Amino acid sequence: MLDRAAPDTANEAKRPVAFRGAGFTPSSSRYAGWVGLALVIAVWQLAGSAGWVNPLFLPAPSAIAVAITKLAQSGALWQHLSWSILRIGSGWLIGTAAGVVVGFAIGLSTMARGVGITFISALFPIPKIALLPLLILWLGIGEEPKIATIALGVFFSTAISVYSGVDAVPRNLIRMAQSFNVPFHTIVRRVIWPGALPSILAGFRITASVALLLVVSAEMIGAQYGIGAFVLQAGNLMQTDQLLAGVVILSLFGLAVGKLIGVLEARLLHWR
Amino acid sequence: MDLIADHICHRFGALDVLDDVSFQVAAGEVVAIVGPSGCGKSTLLSILGGLLQPSKGAAELRGAPPKDSLNPLTFVFQDFALLPWNTVGENVAFPLLHTGLGASDRRAVVDDALRRTGLGDFRATYPKQLSGGMRQRVGIARALAVKPAILLMDEPLSALDSQTRELLMEDFVRLLADGTMGAAYVTHNLEEAVRLADRVVVLSRRPGRIREIVTIPMTRAERGMADARGKLAGLQSELWSLIRGEAIDAEREVQHA
Repeated sequence: MLDRAAPDTANEAKRPVAFRGAGFTPSSSRYAGWVGLALVIAVWQLAGSAGWVNPLFLPAPSAIAVAITKLAQSGALWQHLSWSILRIGSGWLIGTAAGVVVGFAIGLSTMARGVGITFISALFPIPKIALLPLLILWLGIGEEPKIATIALGVFFSTAISVYSGVDAVPRNLIRMAQSFNVPFHTIVRRVIWPGALPSILAGFRITASVALLLVVSAEMIGAQYGIGAFVLQAGNLMQTDQLLAGVVILSLFGLAVGKLIGVLEARLLHWR
Repeated sequence: MDLIADHICHRFGALDVLDDVSFQVAAGEVVAIVGPSGCGKSTLLSILGGLLQPSKGAAELRGAPPKDSLNPLTFVFQDFALLPWNTVGENVAFPLLHTGLGASDRRAVVDDALRRTGLGDFRATYPKQLSGGMRQRVGIARALAVKPAILLMDEPLSALDSQTRELLMEDFVRLLADGTMGAAYVTHNLEEAVRLADRVVVLSRRPGRIREIVTIPMTRAERGMADARGKLAGLQSELWSLIRGEAIDAEREVQHA
């Protein structure tokens, strides 16, 4: 007998309550992106085939595909790609290793934080490619200055993402571990490292792009082989199909690295 | 083993938080610490547990801990403090990793702790898959795994709904029944204090000083009986009368700040 609806309204017509909770919950569709991309390529191809755009300035996607196939068949693609991968791989690994060590030191030690943050704040904003001439002067004209430029670019971003990640580990978890007398190294390994990992992996995404940007720039300045050098040569010779083939390869490379980091995240951060 | 607060004073910068707090938690005794918001209850518990150094005075232990205790002073946290990347079993095993116990002994200890807290079927579950009450059970299982002499409980039920709170309070009564474990129990909730504690330390508003130490004149078993309700309610209102004025002043102070 809790229904206390007034008897004089009982005969009035009912109307639904208006729904006001729609929107603000965007979800990603698995196929929408690919459909959009296919649509753009189709329009681009149509524009090229119909002669709406000059192929010298914007070759059709089919011409770019042909250029990539020829590059692959001739072996030039692998030659350029392998040099770029070697430089990116070495530079990224060195920069990441140093960045992780320095980032953890800044995150865990008062002295390292005092010194480290000052240096990082002062040096991080410098475009690292500007240091390439200096690095050539110091290290010679071989691979070392290019790798060092990439390593420097990766180092600063990694160090920042690592110490930010360490700072973001909930202090209550560290106090919990201390309350059980868990030794320092175990706290670092079992509490701080996994707690900082989301930020570190997010940093990897950024440093992968930084490394790609720097390898192309460095190869354009001083290299015979490498995707950057190839793109520059093609541009100088007005071979726009080859130029765009290089750009497409760079894009695919970036996508592959992003996918790899995605797989790493799915494996290491499955608990989220 | 007794835990003693010996003339503890504490300041955070210019802010006096605790002033000359002295009392003791005897072996097997449950002491609740109550007081208005911001009176330094949690700070006091951190000092007692060695997580914070007092500005003056000391937290001291008297007597040897039980022979098999792996961590005589063990916290149960308000926010559970579970490692989200570890399963329930791994969270309970976490404080045992550095103790020198072999893998099979560790497993036996974890099994026992999970059984005592009703978590036997949740060993491989991650904290995010559990309700608040179950998460706190994991926190309690982790504390039990190291066989503490004294549990330091910082508002362990305050983040939970009333039904879960009631169930966990029953669990606490059961776990503390044999008197092998003592506890310092910080709470806002006077009902919890009179249900669980042997004595209740009432702190004044900041800086927290001991206003009174109230002894609960019933065993915990007696408090579970139906005819004890009236007596418990009386004790609760006695405690409230000690705190009420201070709580109002503390509330005004917060509003003015």
